[in-house]
Amino acid sequence: MSETVSDKIAAAPAIAAFARRDRLRAYEALPWLAAIAAYFLFPTYLPLGAQILATTLFALSVDLILGYAGIVTLGHAASFGVGAYTAGILAVRGWGEPVTGLLAAAIVAGLVGLLSGLLILRTRGLTLLMQTLVIAVLLYEAANKATSLTGGADGLQGMQVWPVFGIFTFDLFGATAYLYALTALFVAWLIVRRIVYSSFGRSLTGIRENMLRMQAIGAPVYVRMVVIYAVSAALAGVAGAVIAQTTQFVSLTSLGLDRSGTILVMLIIGGVGRLYGAFIGVPLYMIAQDQFSQIDPVYWFFWIGLFMVLLVSFAPGGVLGSLARLTQRWRR
Amino acid sequence: MASYLSAAIFIGFHGLAFAMVLYLISVGLSVTMGLMGFVNLAHGVFAVAGGYIMTGLMNRFGVPFPLALLVAVFTVAALSVVMERLLYRRLYGRDELDQVLMTIGLIFMSIAVAKYLFGSTPEAVHLPSWLSGHVDIGGRDFPTYRTFLIVCGMGLVIALWLTVERTRFGAQLRASVDNLRMAQSLGINTGLLFTKAFALGSGLAALGGGLGAEILAIYPGYALENLAYFLIVVAVGGMGSIRGPFVAALLIGIADVGFKYLLPETGSFIIYAMTMALLLWRPQGLFGRA
Amino acid sequence: MIRRLSTAAVAWSVVLAGVSLTAATAQTVKVGIVNTYSGPEAQVGDQLDKGIKLYFNTHQKDLPAGVKVELVVRDDTGPNPEVAKRLAQELIVRDRVNVLAGVIWSPNAAAIAPLSRQAKTPFVLMNAAGAAIPRISPYIIRTSFTIWQQAYPVGKWAAKNGIKTAYTAVSDFIPGHDGEAAFSKGFTEEGGKMLGSVRFPLANPDFVPFMQRVKDAKPDAVFIFVPGGKQATAVMKAAAEVGLKKAGIKIIATQDIVPDEELPNIGAIAEGVITAGIYSTAGDRPANKEFLAAWKQAYGANSTPDFFSVGGWDGMAAIFSLVKAKNGKFTGDEAMDYLKTWKDPNSPRGPISIDPNTRDIIQNVYIRRTEMKDGKLVNTEFETIPAVKDPWKEFNPEKK
Repeated sequence: MSETVSDKIAAAPAIAAFARRDRLRAYEALPWLAAIAAYFLFPTYLPLGAQILATTLFALSVDLILGYAGIVTLGHAASFGVGAYTAGILAVRGWGEPVTGLLAAAIVAGLVGLLSGLLILRTRGLTLLMQTLVIAVLLYEAANKATSLTGGADGLQGMQVWPVFGIFTFDLFGATAYLYALTALFVAWLIVRRIVYSSFGRSLTGIRENMLRMQAIGAPVYVRMVVIYAVSAALAGVAGAVIAQTTQFVSLTSLGLDRSGTILVMLIIGGVGRLYGAFIGVPLYMIAQDQFSQIDPVYWFFWIGLFMVLLVSFAPGGVLGSLARLTQRWRR
Repeated sequence: MASYLSAAIFIGFHGLAFAMVLYLISVGLSVTMGLMGFVNLAHGVFAVAGGYIMTGLMNRFGVPFPLALLVAVFTVAALSVVMERLLYRRLYGRDELDQVLMTIGLIFMSIAVAKYLFGSTPEAVHLPSWLSGHVDIGGRDFPTYRTFLIVCGMGLVIALWLTVERTRFGAQLRASVDNLRMAQSLGINTGLLFTKAFALGSGLAALGGGLGAEILAIYPGYALENLAYFLIVVAVGGMGSIRGPFVAALLIGIADVGFKYLLPETGSFIIYAMTMALLLWRPQGLFGRA
Repeated sequence: MIRRLSTAAVAWSVVLAGVSLTAATAQTVKVGIVNTYSGPEAQVGDQLDKGIKLYFNTHQKDLPAGVKVELVVRDDTGPNPEVAKRLAQELIVRDRVNVLAGVIWSPNAAAIAPLSRQAKTPFVLMNAAGAAIPRISPYIIRTSFTIWQQAYPVGKWAAKNGIKTAYTAVSDFIPGHDGEAAFSKGFTEEGGKMLGSVRFPLANPDFVPFMQRVKDAKPDAVFIFVPGGKQATAVMKAAAEVGLKKAGIKIIATQDIVPDEELPNIGAIAEGVITAGIYSTAGDRPANKEFLAAWKQAYGANSTPDFFSVGGWDGMAAIFSLVKAKNGKFTGDEAMDYLKTWKDPNSPRGPISIDPNTRDIIQNVYIRRTEMKDGKLVNTEFETIPAVKDPWKEFNPEKK
């Protein structure tokens, strides 16, 4: 027989599909088309839009460690806030160039992520969760006290952000902010996609599913987790910097438990570990919040809380998880 | 020299009072997380509910303090049973994230309900006259209420430990925390045990919330704002342990008061740094199992 | 519940109306209000809101025929400068408001201020007390107060009235720092001696250790500053716990520590506290009596206004005055030319005016003692310092 075993394997449809899975699919253009359409359809909502885009980037960074490496974190706002303050302090101290500010934020946040990851990623479970929380709170307190650097409880005032490429100023109407955030999100998405579909990404999934077995086959679990943690921190830092630069303000809430908690909620609503959970959960949550809290902020808390409880009880896996189950049932 | 002694006594006393409140509230969380493996971030809701019921009864209906407190505790315990059966039960063994999402959702709902029913102003606590003022102990003045809090707290802690060490329920509880499957195969009705433990933990939380209403103000955002403290006590003490959180609460209570008094510029920074160092040294907590 | 639904309905229809119209018709003036309606400090936002709405509702008849004022209300959820900034941006860009108003928190006001300059939109600051804020933009006037305005005179008063040594204990944010600096300056200028100072973190559960520190230092008096609302009650209770009064330490403060509606909760410890303030419900003037009567009628006999409410009331008075004078049509610059010189001799707090040089408020500052009257605690005004300008701006002139 001229057909070898490996030929047969390569021909098997499931494996073929698996090998092809990192090719771009048609529906993956949807979020970007939607974002560009929104730019033209909702010109007065661009400031909100910019914040949604930057928050989506933040959620994407959380998905990287939560959905793919299985690290539950209640303190990712630490990286976000570090990035925000880096960009902010640079802008206050005279260097207002936005793109280099983003890079600086990524580097500083990534370093902080690297250091904290080295420290805490040897633990698991509740302890790891607590350590992520404690790091965020530590940084919060430090920022709170370092008033001359960060402005403390009053926030960082006097940021002067220069126009992007010297031409596009960040103005009241938010057009520049929107496109700036969109570009940053796009670049980050490319990076995340690359990682997720690489063999490194596959090893992360292995770690998430069964860490003991990964260790048993000799995969360097700890190193991989630290690396992905640092990358995620860098991306979160970029998100923070984008918000800082487009609002020209940084406050302590960038580092707070609130922010860590809500980003987790937004991501879980969209669906964890599916790359696009962030793109669904974040706009859903933020637009609903914007509309509802205009009517009555108290009711907002109640309904979103109820929604979360119902979601967990009847549609686990978030929006994307439920969609996946529905389409599976359909196929059968 | 006298002023150092004074300072030490002050810090020890107030730290102990704070620690009592923290412990009463957090011990239930330790049991829930250790026994049922359930990340119940909404545990603080039971504490604040206890506080609201107690102050509501006292302020609106003039119910005397001890009675109001007791009613609050039993009401919350009863309510917690309902919630355990209806909601929490569905999520045992489920993914951590789902539990996080659900319990954060519960916190959000509690904030909205509290604001709707009671407004955003913190509830005023009008202590009965026999608890206000100061009491003379060994030549020093101590606030009567906090003294009462410490005495009550210690009494409850001892009662709790006796229950866990000496009763059948306590033995079943310890067995199930140690090895759930083994306990089940021995015929222990773990479902019922869970419910009882949950009710006990929530009742204690309500007690802590009510007794501690002067230290941790009763207002809608309570469960979210104090969450970090409760989680730290459990993590540092050791999840599933009954004694561990007591030591942790002591450390945190005394350190918190101490640093605010001696080095107010540092804020809570040192507490969190200590927590981190401690968890790095002993990730399972002081009394947790490795 | 009904009130909330109807407020919601009003707000929603206002928003819809704003979106559907093109440029605001010349005769409808839209006022965008950024206030705090949720979060731990919602109570003070509620007091401000009541003051705003009370003036708005009772003075509709004063508007010229065909001219309307619409309120567009947004919730900044507390001291969250980035939320406040985004809301202000949306009010300007989306809702096209003609005037920005409100704002409880200094950090929020500081974040919004540059927007008022960019958009040339007048900003009537109704509460936030950070002294330097009107300087961030030439389109700001303030109708509330600055901390310096009260803490500086009370520092002087203390030194002149038998207090020889003092300690300050303030919250760690802009108004707190202002209070600390202002009191110390006034006190030491009249010969007093400062023994020390301590700052509480802004989100602080337990004031007792800090109060103990004060007690150990044994000053004649302690100057305390915390944001009004629940923290005032908490810090006063802590003072009672450690027995400050028993140790003979007087409590001196600005009005924030004894807001009129919190007095019943604070209880006996508040008796004898000396504060400098710009409004007390016990203020004895006809305009105040009318104001109180209207308040009780609208919000019930058990409801009490305080200085937050008066800031909103007077702010709306300024806006209505502007609208009447310009018949509902004005540019940002025209509005500022008018508002810069606005005055009202009949505010519930006494005569007030805006200082054209600083665009900040000039008003009487009252030294009050908290005491029992007819079985209730009130802040009785016993000394008046007339027409006080913001001292901080006098000491720190703008570099031209």
